[in-house]
Amino acid sequence: MCGTQERGTDKRFVEEIDYGTPAVRSDKTVTLTIDGQSVTVPEGTSIMRAAREAGIAVPKLCANDMVKSFGSCRLCLVEIEGKGGTPASCTTPAMDGISVNTQTDRLNTIRRGVMELYMSDHPEDCAACAAGDCEMANMAETVGLKQNRYGDEGANHLEPSPIGEHGVNFKELDVSNPYFAYDPSKCIVCSLCVRACEEQQGTFALTVEGRGFESRITAGMDEPFLQSECVSCGACVQACPTGALQEKSIIEMGMPDRSAVTTCAYCGVGCSFKAEMKGEEVVRMVPYKDGKANRGHSCVKGRFAYGYATHRDRILNPMIREKITDPWREVSWEEVYAHIGSEIGRIQKKYGRGSVGGITSSRCTNEETYLVQKLVRQVFGNNNVDTCARVCHSPTGYGLKTTFGTSAGTQDFDSVEHSDVVLVIGANPTDGHPVFASRLKKRLREGAKLIVLDPRRIDLVRTPHVEASYHLPLKPGTNVAVLTALAHVIVSEGLFDEAFIRERCDWDEFQDWASFVLQPENSPEAVEKMSGVSAELIRGAARLYATGGNGAIYYGLGVTEHSQGSTTVMAIANLAMATGNIGRPGVGVNPLRGQNNVQGSCDMGSFPHEMPGYRHISEDATRAIYESLWGVKLDNEPGLRIPNMLDAAVDGSFKALYVQGEDILQSDPNTHHVAAGLEAMECVIVHDLFLNETANYAHVFLPGSTFLEKDGTFTNAERRINRVRKVMEPKNGYADWEVTQDMARALGQNWNYTHPSEIMAEIAATTPSFAGVTYELLEKEGSVQWPCNEKAPTGTPVMHIDGFVRGKGKFVRTAYVATDEKVGPRFPLLLTTGRILSQYNVGAQTRRTENVVWHDEDLLEIHPFDAENRGIREGDWVKLKSRSGETSLRATITERVAPGVVYTTFHHPATQANVVTTEYSDWATNCPEYKVTAVQVSPSNGPTEWQEDYEEHARQSRRIVHVEAAE
Amino acid sequence: MSHDEKFKSGDEHLVYMANQIATFFTSQPEAERAAGVADHINKFWEPRMRGRLFEIIEMGGDGLSPLVLEASQTINRPKAA
Repeated sequence: MCGTQERGTDKRFVEEIDYGTPAVRSDKTVTLTIDGQSVTVPEGTSIMRAAREAGIAVPKLCANDMVKSFGSCRLCLVEIEGKGGTPASCTTPAMDGISVNTQTDRLNTIRRGVMELYMSDHPEDCAACAAGDCEMANMAETVGLKQNRYGDEGANHLEPSPIGEHGVNFKELDVSNPYFAYDPSKCIVCSLCVRACEEQQGTFALTVEGRGFESRITAGMDEPFLQSECVSCGACVQACPTGALQEKSIIEMGMPDRSAVTTCAYCGVGCSFKAEMKGEEVVRMVPYKDGKANRGHSCVKGRFAYGYATHRDRILNPMIREKITDPWREVSWEEVYAHIGSEIGRIQKKYGRGSVGGITSSRCTNEETYLVQKLVRQVFGNNNVDTCARVCHSPTGYGLKTTFGTSAGTQDFDSVEHSDVVLVIGANPTDGHPVFASRLKKRLREGAKLIVLDPRRIDLVRTPHVEASYHLPLKPGTNVAVLTALAHVIVSEGLFDEAFIRERCDWDEFQDWASFVLQPENSPEAVEKMSGVSAELIRGAARLYATGGNGAIYYGLGVTEHSQGSTTVMAIANLAMATGNIGRPGVGVNPLRGQNNVQGSCDMGSFPHEMPGYRHISEDATRAIYESLWGVKLDNEPGLRIPNMLDAAVDGSFKALYVQGEDILQSDPNTHHVAAGLEAMECVIVHDLFLNETANYAHVFLPGSTFLEKDGTFTNAERRINRVRKVMEPKNGYADWEVTQDMARALGQNWNYTHPSEIMAEIAATTPSFAGVTYELLEKEGSVQWPCNEKAPTGTPVMHIDGFVRGKGKFVRTAYVATDEKVGPRFPLLLTTGRILSQYNVGAQTRRTENVVWHDEDLLEIHPFDAENRGIREGDWVKLKSRSGETSLRATITERVAPGVVYTTFHHPATQANVVTTEYSDWATNCPEYKVTAVQVSPSNGPTEWQEDYEEHARQSRRIVHVEAAE
Repeated sequence: MSHDEKFKSGDEHLVYMANQIATFFTSQPEAERAAGVADHINKFWEPRMRGRLFEIIEMGGDGLSPLVLEASQTINRPKAA
């Protein structure tokens, strides 16, 4: 628990005020008097909140400003002059002209009486009270409680009794969840946890069981937390005013001695957290209420899964080896830089300037990413730089730039509060972007409608108090057909927004597009045949999106990771423009980004054809800015993309690669091809926290630093630039930007950044959309959304308000082209891939935390029909084979997937799901077609030979010869 | 390569990628087709890839879609390295 306490003006801690009840939006205000002070608040605000806004903290236990008031603890009672009784200030709205007293003798007496009853059933030796992590002791002191006249002999919740006379209500401690403990004896049944689970998280896993004195908080059907439907988001722990729900880390380590606000390094939601520290150790991560992406909420990854930062697998010294079959040899930083300098020099001399390149990381900061592309462009002298966005959202970049003029989502996350119809396409927010999913579910419970386009019946389709109006379970690979059919309905039924289109878009292009979508092959009836979605569903969904009010589209990698990924993004943009759903809160086109800094790594010029700010490398004026600053001539030709680098390596013209914070061997498609490319190189430099799978093919290893160990910024899916703050010294000695800088120095460039803020200054000075961004501004505003410049000094929450960035919005014809990856007699099933809540990406971080209790291996989801046909039972080992390769894993039988479709995650290297994915990729960007692979599934005895060989290879290539300790 | 021989690599993959681009632009308004393909390849293909494409065209352009061949008139030839 933690959310309710305030540490006042202690400068070591981030100050957060709990106003007791949520803020209210209203055009009308009311003015009242509280303890003699005049206060004006929006109509509907509680007296409790009005008081706190005036600086008066009314005692309370069962209220906080994240959930609706409940009025159960009776501590917050107040008197209103001229009115009888003592109403609860949390549930009583402020009214014009009333005069409220929060401190009177009568109130103090009542509060003491209430607290005395509570304390008579609270453990006298409550460790949380002693540590200052339990509000009970605080409140007892606040109300001046001096005595307990009731004793503890009566019925209580405190201790088991052998006689059974008292203690009948005792319940055992529940420590099943790896991160927090539930001690029912400290619980006062204020129901804050129940409300947090419902209102904030939207899971409804907790309830109050029993009545009166027997009431108890229980998870699920009175199960241990771990067995219940609890998703371990931590909202209940944060809300608990007592020590009943408490982080195990606090129980083990004690209370923090300082805190700092930073940004989560998991998904693209980019939640703000307070890192609460004790010395050099993280005690806990607590979601920060002023974080504009998460508004005080969190998920199991950001809140709890930070243990990888100090995991024993972390490599802390640089290492070198001649051949990838040699053991690693630890070396000094001087030696590793000298080695890199001579190797890159040798290779460029022998094979040409274009024979080397780099991959930037979407896990690293903007500043670090900027430096890696600068290293490639200025120091290597070519444009062979790419980033892992290649394999996830590069089609978003191409598609939105073509149609709208800029490669980014159009809204902020707050926008969803104004949406009436939400269309979720190829995304699984409850697992991939859980904190956004909670905000979305909140809006859906308030009445917004939901349409889901996904081959799987994802949780959002039907989950407590949320049900999609339409689920279009399309066959993998038919996105474009279905989206164009939606457009067909909108145009043929006249549901488009002509005024918007005439004003904002090119009318001739619209007419051309309209005649294209009206072609008979785009009708729902025609598309039904290839997509498997009934025409009626398509028509219904189209009508709802076009006519249901503010329509917002959120999409994920189920859109981009296809042969027609870029076409799908343009089809989405077409729909939004045709219905006028662009340029105001509640609407828009919103890519849900996979990694914490995918947006930022793209913004920072990580693509081989673009300088920072999405300016093509062929633009002379753009190059001139950098040429004069960097003192070199820049190549005006696009460089190699990741798959092209690997192709060129196999062909023999690409020989050295610097990979920062990516694991391309595990995350990129067709593992055999990646391995062949890496094997063909002479110098692979991996810069990472761990010896990842790519490092099995590396010659140089540079130890990386975690997000806790450095300053910088991440940019989330809303274009929001959030600060990352260093809370501990890098265990490896250097932040990643320092290592890249030293590499540049070893290669003869005199880089001299002393702090990431200086790198941001260079970014701002050279990139128009970042012109106004400084660390001072971020300190003042908390965060800003780009574009941030003279025209938008504090950033841009919603884009394209008065017109599109490119001028007129562009409608593009989106003809459906079936992928060449087709099912047939040998490979009759379609494999699609995804992720689950507790794990992240290739799992390098989350596998090194307690999150493995939820998911310790990748499973193949298969429909009962297909399983039955193949004699596969729940939990059986199965072989998954495509034309690229084969792997083995266990099967789970479920109707979430349709017959003919199988699904797995790729969180565990032992599975190597990408051994089976193919070389097919998006026509425009080479983003791999992860979401469609034709496969066969058959019973198997265990891991394949390749998996066993690979495991042995991995074991061999991770041998390290440690240096002798210095004398 | 050790795995299935149907896996596309090298020239075959390059031709495949060029044809994929042509397939998209085939559906666009006629006037934009060849120009669209050329512009796309100029913007996103590294000179080595364009160089190899021209070599394939000079060897007869086996397997390349007619639209790629038409577009090659305006695809930039890479400068000699």
